Amino acid sequence: MTGYLIRRLIQTIVVTLIVTIITFVLLHLVPGGEVRAVLGIRASKAEIVADSKLWGFDQPLYVQYLKWLWQLLHGNFGFDIKYSAPVSTLLWQAFPRTLVLAFIGTAVGLLIGVPLGILQAVRRYTAVDHIITGFGFVGYGSPTFFVGLMLVNWFAVDLHIFPAFAPQSTSILGILADPVALILPVATYAFIAFALWSRFMRSSVLDNIVQDYVRTARAKGASEQRVLWGHIFRNSLITIVTLLGLQLPVIIGGAIFIEVVFNYPGMGLLFFNSALNTDIQMMLAITVLTTIVTILGNLLADIGYAMLDPRVRYS
Amino acid sequence: MALDSAGTLLAPPDFAGGQQAEEKPRSMFRRGWEVFAENKLALIGLGFVIFVLLFSFVGPLIYKTQQVSVTLGNAYCTPGPQHLLGCDNLGYDVVGRLMQGGQSSLEVGLAAAFISCLFGSIYGAVSGFAGGIVDAIMMRIVDAFLSIPFIFVLIILAVLIHPSRVAFIGFIAITYWPQPARLVRGETLSLRTREYVAAVKVAGGRSSRAVLRHIMPNAIGTIIVQATFAVADAILILSSLGFLGFGVQLPQTDWGSMLSNGLQYLTLGYWWLIYPAGIIIIMTVVAFNFIGDALRDAFETRLQRR
Repeated sequence: MTGYLIRRLIQTIVVTLIVTIITFVLLHLVPGGEVRAVLGIRASKAEIVADSKLWGFDQPLYVQYLKWLWQLLHGNFGFDIKYSAPVSTLLWQAFPRTLVLAFIGTAVGLLIGVPLGILQAVRRYTAVDHIITGFGFVGYGSPTFFVGLMLVNWFAVDLHIFPAFAPQSTSILGILADPVALILPVATYAFIAFALWSRFMRSSVLDNIVQDYVRTARAKGASEQRVLWGHIFRNSLITIVTLLGLQLPVIIGGAIFIEVVFNYPGMGLLFFNSALNTDIQMMLAITVLTTIVTILGNLLADIGYAMLDPRVRYS
Repeated sequence: MALDSAGTLLAPPDFAGGQQAEEKPRSMFRRGWEVFAENKLALIGLGFVIFVLLFSFVGPLIYKTQQVSVTLGNAYCTPGPQHLLGCDNLGYDVVGRLMQGGQSSLEVGLAAAFISCLFGSIYGAVSGFAGGIVDAIMMRIVDAFLSIPFIFVLIILAVLIHPSRVAFIGFIAITYWPQPARLVRGETLSLRTREYVAAVKVAGGRSSRAVLRHIMPNAIGTIIVQATFAVADAILILSSLGFLGFGVQLPQTDWGSMLSNGLQYLTLGYWWLIYPAGIIIIMTVVAFNFIGDALRDAFETRLQRR
């Protein structure tokens, strides 16, 4: 177990370092891109040179990278030119809000999708299976923003049941205190997530149904309920947890569309506004932060697994 | 979306197929096509994709519209015999716009899928074949790419460069290639232990020959299935960028930009600015998914059942 943990930790550190290199290099694909983006297209050459010097963009790339990395290690995401405030201050306000919405949305999606996926697998090739599959296809064929705006159109504009905006409170407690306003954003999240998870769960259960251990369980006289919930369900969940880890970047990245549609003051909206302002420091910081959260999430999932399932430790 | 495994391939094994052994052996693609053609959804999907391709690329030759300059006099005109699906806020005919947008969306989708799957497959095959420390390093790079929320990277690139269609293809390919890479690497790990791969080595063939001539062709099923899903994903990604305002630039358009433009008039009742674009995106993405699912069944069945 200790050996596995050490290997896994080293991997995590290596991956994190590679991530910082990738994002940094992508950002500097265009020479002078950031300065030009901030100053606008009419900036003169002299202005670009002067500003590049001021912000240290005239130094060799590896020097810039090491400086940036050193600051990152101290939790310093740089100073934001547009907001004239440290990037980290702005981030720590917005990030928890995104996590709350993403967590609730994904949880609701899983709570709907997983049981439906099991139902589909048990009643495979029947009308129920086909109907849920049909809804699922619409779910992941739809762009997230389209689902969100259609829900706003039907339930907020036409029917006046729910507000069109997400909670605007700055504190987490304030957001949770306004559950009615949370319903549409969460429903959008859940609709997209349900499509994914019911499909994953259906095929995972079907993969397990034909395994030998299921036949063994039946042969030993276990009831159908016990075979399904005690054996197939638990083994299928292993696949689901792995996929959940892999989907983390999509889940967090998808927040941008929901936050823009519902004007929810989280990190996605902050990123979108930064993109409109060509505020590259902020965009870079958000990208790196969300990536590190993803990597840590995957690490935790793997450690959880290794404790539960001895096969993982030896592979 | 691309990570799930097929549910439908677990149909009960067909033991009645005994007589088939006496027939002439048929080619793998022929058998694959038979399984594919049994799947009605796949045929519907294939039919729709062909329809959309003809609509976007041949359609403009038959249904001629003006798609370059703005005609404000026609703005918001209702659907009628002259303009089958009305006009948008700038007076562009919506049907013609859908064709124009379809060209962008399909070109970007198909090309990005092709490039990312080609590069990703070679990368994955090399990594899996090399093994050891090389494999470990190459896969950590893939892990790193896979943990970055790619939509953020795409937006940063779009802000820095104001991309053309070609740039979009490159950007989406840059963010998508790790997915095929990981799958093909997994496939290679099992293929590299086969006798025919060992035989290349014994016969004095180079590693590049083993990878390109023996491993890649045997992983082709995985690659094609992944490429089909990649087209669907790339079309969705491009339309999402269009919604945020980072899509292709006027007077060009793509389905996502059309949809988000129409959604600004959500409460004014101009349904023809919203539903045609929304429905064509959903149907195209779903059609590619149908095809991908069926192809996976076809390739899997070839290996398992017949």
